[in-house]
Amino acid sequence: MHSEKKDMGIKLEYEVIKEDFGRAGEASSDIKKVLRKLGIDSAIIRRVAIATYEAEINIVIHSEGGKITVYIKPDKIEIIAKDKGPGIKDINLAMQKGFSTASNKVRELGFGAGMGLPNMKKSSDEFDIESKVGIGTTLKMIIYFNK
Amino acid sequence: MLVKDIKDKFDFKVVAGEKGLNNEVKGLYCCDLLSWVMSHAKERDAWITVQTHINIVAIASLLNLACIIVPEAIEVDEDTIEKANEENITIFSTDLDNFRIFSKFYEAGMR
Repeated sequence: MHSEKKDMGIKLEYEVIKEDFGRAGEASSDIKKVLRKLGIDSAIIRRVAIATYEAEINIVIHSEGGKITVYIKPDKIEIIAKDKGPGIKDINLAMQKGFSTASNKVRELGFGAGMGLPNMKKSSDEFDIESKVGIGTTLKMIIYFNK
Repeated sequence: MLVKDIKDKFDFKVVAGEKGLNNEVKGLYCCDLLSWVMSHAKERDAWITVQTHINIVAIASLLNLACIIVPEAIEVDEDTIEKANEENITIFSTDLDNFRIFSKFYEAGMR
């Protein structure tokens, strides 16, 4: 993990490695611990935990690796999940509950239910997804403290 | 109800996370699709799952679940046990199936 304090808040950054199921969830667990230490409201922590966990798992399952960056600001938490990878051909289809391109092997472990992106959208106040086939996907999520 | 009641009253075997035994249990939840659990399980739920890989500890920890119950005598992965000990998440093993686990909780007064 890499973290630094700036005037406008705290920045946390994590490398997420492809197919590393053993460590999947470590970044989101660490983010949760930091938010807890800061005394952030537990309902907000739950939403950030869901958003960052799903983003982390998606990078592990689908991409060639990526990075999760979290900015904790006075009024909001911004989460950016950026990966290198195949990208998403049809974002509307990918956003549908139950749609997944995960392999059977991954599904047997309980992943790949096609709920990751819908869960992230539901957990955040603002959700933005950009993807280029053959290059990668970037997700930006914002959760406000008072909304 | 406390996590240790699951050990003392139901005789489920503690396979990891002895330090989580004094946590409170408020509900019971059963599902093996991890994203579904992530969006539906509630804080302090005991979670029944047949998944035994290390990632279940991350989910239990992220959601502040009370404990994990692995049914039907399924063996739990060694690295999962290690991680659960680190994170103080109690994992139980039992021979019972989901229905009988739910019955135990109901009989113990959970509604």
